[in-house]
Amino acid sequence: MERMFKPSILVFAALFAATWLLAKFGGAWFESPALAWLMEYPKSWVLPLKDYVSAAMKWLVEDANFGLFTFTEFTRAIAWLIEQPYEFVRAVLATGFMDGVGRRAEQIVPPLSWIAVTAAVVALGHYAKSWGLAAIVGLAFLYLAVFGQWESAMITLASVVIAVPFGVVGGLMLGLLTYRHKAFEAVLKPILDLMQTIPVFAYLVPILFMFGFGPVSALVATVIYAMPPMARITTLALQNVDPEIVDFGKMTGCTQRQMTWKILVPSALSGLMVGVNQVIMLSLNMVIIASMIGAGGLGFDVLSSLRRLNIGGGFEAGIAIVVLAIALDRLSQALAERSTTYAPAPAKTGLFVRYKRSGVVAVILIATMALGFFIPALQTYPEGAELSTGAFWTESVKYLNINYFDQFEAVKIFFLNNFLLPIKRFFLGIPWPWAIAMLTLIGWKFGGWKLGLMNLIMATFIAATGMWEKAMITVYLCGASVIIASVIGIPIGIWAALSPRAGRVIGVVIDTLQTLPSFVYLIPVVMLFRIGDFTAMIAIVAYALVPAVRYAAHGVRHVSAELIEAGVVSGCTKWQILLKIRLPLALPEILLGINQTIMLALSMLVITALVGTRDLGQEVYIALTKADTGRGLVAGFAIAFIAIMADRVISASARKAKARYGLD
Amino acid sequence: MKTTISRSLIGAAAAAVLSTAAVAEVESADPIKLTLHDWSGQLINTQIMGAILEEAGYNIEYVQADYIAQFAGLKTGDLSLAMEIWATTGQEALDEAVASGNVVNAGETGLNAIEEWWYPLYMKERCPGLPDWTALQNCAEAFATAETAPKGRYVGGPVTWGGFDEERVEALSLDFEVVHAGTDAALFAELESAYQREAPVILWVYVPHWAPAKYEGEFVEFPPYSAECYNDPSVGLNPNAAYDCGKPRGPIWKAAWAGFADKWPGAFSAVQAYTLTNDEMSAMVAAVDIEGQSIDDVVDAWMDDNEARWMGWIGQ
Repeated sequence: MERMFKPSILVFAALFAATWLLAKFGGAWFESPALAWLMEYPKSWVLPLKDYVSAAMKWLVEDANFGLFTFTEFTRAIAWLIEQPYEFVRAVLATGFMDGVGRRAEQIVPPLSWIAVTAAVVALGHYAKSWGLAAIVGLAFLYLAVFGQWESAMITLASVVIAVPFGVVGGLMLGLLTYRHKAFEAVLKPILDLMQTIPVFAYLVPILFMFGFGPVSALVATVIYAMPPMARITTLALQNVDPEIVDFGKMTGCTQRQMTWKILVPSALSGLMVGVNQVIMLSLNMVIIASMIGAGGLGFDVLSSLRRLNIGGGFEAGIAIVVLAIALDRLSQALAERSTTYAPAPAKTGLFVRYKRSGVVAVILIATMALGFFIPALQTYPEGAELSTGAFWTESVKYLNINYFDQFEAVKIFFLNNFLLPIKRFFLGIPWPWAIAMLTLIGWKFGGWKLGLMNLIMATFIAATGMWEKAMITVYLCGASVIIASVIGIPIGIWAALSPRAGRVIGVVIDTLQTLPSFVYLIPVVMLFRIGDFTAMIAIVAYALVPAVRYAAHGVRHVSAELIEAGVVSGCTKWQILLKIRLPLALPEILLGINQTIMLALSMLVITALVGTRDLGQEVYIALTKADTGRGLVAGFAIAFIAIMADRVISASARKAKARYGLD
Repeated sequence: MKTTISRSLIGAAAAAVLSTAAVAEVESADPIKLTLHDWSGQLINTQIMGAILEEAGYNIEYVQADYIAQFAGLKTGDLSLAMEIWATTGQEALDEAVASGNVVNAGETGLNAIEEWWYPLYMKERCPGLPDWTALQNCAEAFATAETAPKGRYVGGPVTWGGFDEERVEALSLDFEVVHAGTDAALFAELESAYQREAPVILWVYVPHWAPAKYEGEFVEFPPYSAECYNDPSVGLNPNAAYDCGKPRGPIWKAAWAGFADKWPGAFSAVQAYTLTNDEMSAMVAAVDIEGQSIDDVVDAWMDDNEARWMGWIGQ
């Protein structure tokens, strides 16, 4: 094995050195007109793919006809169907039922009071797990009321309440289909990959064309973004159902329907609930983008606060999103655990005793609603008692800015000159045909000829659509950020795994980083570091750090106890155990973490375009502001292809690493 | 206590009566859909228009929509009215939409957009001769940062705003580097940061906006804009380059769905008649963004103070 490995490592090292030399010293050669096409993909060779896509979209929206109805009528009917339950939930939670529209409207029925909603989630927490959980979610909702975020939070909650069932049911159906028909999997897998990697901004415009303006389009975009993990997890969970249970079903003569709903789905429930949890989290990740096209709620508060540079207001709304996310996350995880533990059916008793919790909540609901007419504070949390931390955040940023700007500047300049700019020059210096050849070779080496061919096609697509330079800036920015995120994240993850106390604190920080909308810290970072690549890098690192920490912690924690004991017995020191046993065995997991870090870094690109970068993210953002379907989708595909190439190559090498350490 | 209940019940009943009464007067009871964006001036502008139309008896609905993407909705009638299309940033999209025949330009709002290079007042000492643009030729270094030195650093708007600043810098041989912010928020974050430290900064500012009310400063005075200056290199100071002048200024337009005038003719004439002034708008934007008043309060105050004016627009 070892002997076979060496020559190919040498070959790759030589090729890398050649690439580096080419990027560093090739510039002068390629200036001659005869060779200029090597550096810059000639404009006359560019496929006008984006024009085709835009034209197709125009036809679809304006002319496509199924005979009985047009395509637009069809999509609008779907929009109407989604809108009805949404309007209802929104009225119940946030706005109340109104008569008339606009300023003249009068409230006929008020929304659920803040006390009733809080009581309901407390009851749910107790039902799902314990009083401890009930206290956590209760406090979270109380926070929303006390810090004046209630109404926006309820609007956001309403869109989550609607988007999640659509995402879950859709994902479940796709997952079931894949489980039943192998052929379908081959079709679905690349589609799911694209759904997860094409930035949402890229398909926002076509969605607006199809579903009209307003919250429905935002909901559709949210569902598209949040559904893929559910589909994947469903297939996986169904495949992992104990074959004996399946055989049992066959023996008792189940029909296919019974087999699915009475045997497979219930047995896979704990796995499925993990998917539900993912859908909830991803839906909350979308609130900022959704609010740009009409979802309102906390996302809109973040945007409009930052628009007027009210940093404190942005932080408050952003933290409210985190609080809501953590409450929903803990609740859904507890429900997932509960669904797999057997609880004996309660003895038959009176109605109220059996439904004690629901009864109490109902009483509180009715009481607050009735009393709310007399004591408004019971219905809506009184404005006078609201607290605000806004000034604190604004002042903190101001303090840092005034007192430490020069230090920040020095750090920035150091990183720019010694890290970012050399990487940028390297990537921009590689001639594109050479880069495509290298990518093909890497794919072939790690994943066989299929992966090689895929890389060849995808890289050629990027060049042929005229995106090469922007794609290289993308690779440079993401590559640099991923390196920094890994260098910071992996040691933190290892630390979290080795010390339980540190692990708990790190866990909270990581949860916050994952759910705090990046736009919230983007603007303060601009204030401290100015517009530019360094600022974009900080934002990407802050977001993409999360999986690097998580996977490293998970990998190190789950190294088999027997192996560690073997190390202890043979007299290893603490450091030897870490370096010789834990880390090598956790390597595949760490690689997967880096893989996820790359995915998140790429998904942050569009957000960093809001600061001012010149990569594919900017291309997608420009297309959005110009409502150019084709331009957005083509750039979106280019980002997706970069993500997919990175993913496949790293997964393939993780498999090799696993095989080498005999973990499979 | 009891009166509160009965009052709200009476209120509901009265509203029901009112809305049926209103339906009788106006041409269509379908809601007129006005678009909302994410800056306060536009929200105020739109909600005043909405309030006036409601006084005239129309039903109003507000829809959150992206500034440029909204044209797709205006073309189909999904959206009825957009109250702020800036000639400086939205003219191209507006012209394209009007050319399609599905959108009409409903006239000026009376607001005039100014966009230009802008600096805080403390920079005047460090670069004597401002606001005249020639001063910038000699003191570019006063605006430099470590990354751009010895060149000055000018923060431009998002690339989608256009503006031709790279060309301007070249044509007027200014020793500046143009850095583009990705969004409005990032642009003004740069200003806020520099202003707190009294650090050098020069950037793209536009009015009506809250920034000139919050920060003391001035626009740079470039040679005035003309269409020829942009199109014809031989016009202007530099005989070999276009864009050797300032940025165009222009009205802020109202844009409506082409079917608007047929469906709600009365409302359409009110929309066409509606105008505000820059001073009014600046004061209201400052009240919201700097003093922290709510948009509803500001709109209500305007409606109370200007009753005769808007009554005239709805023909009463």
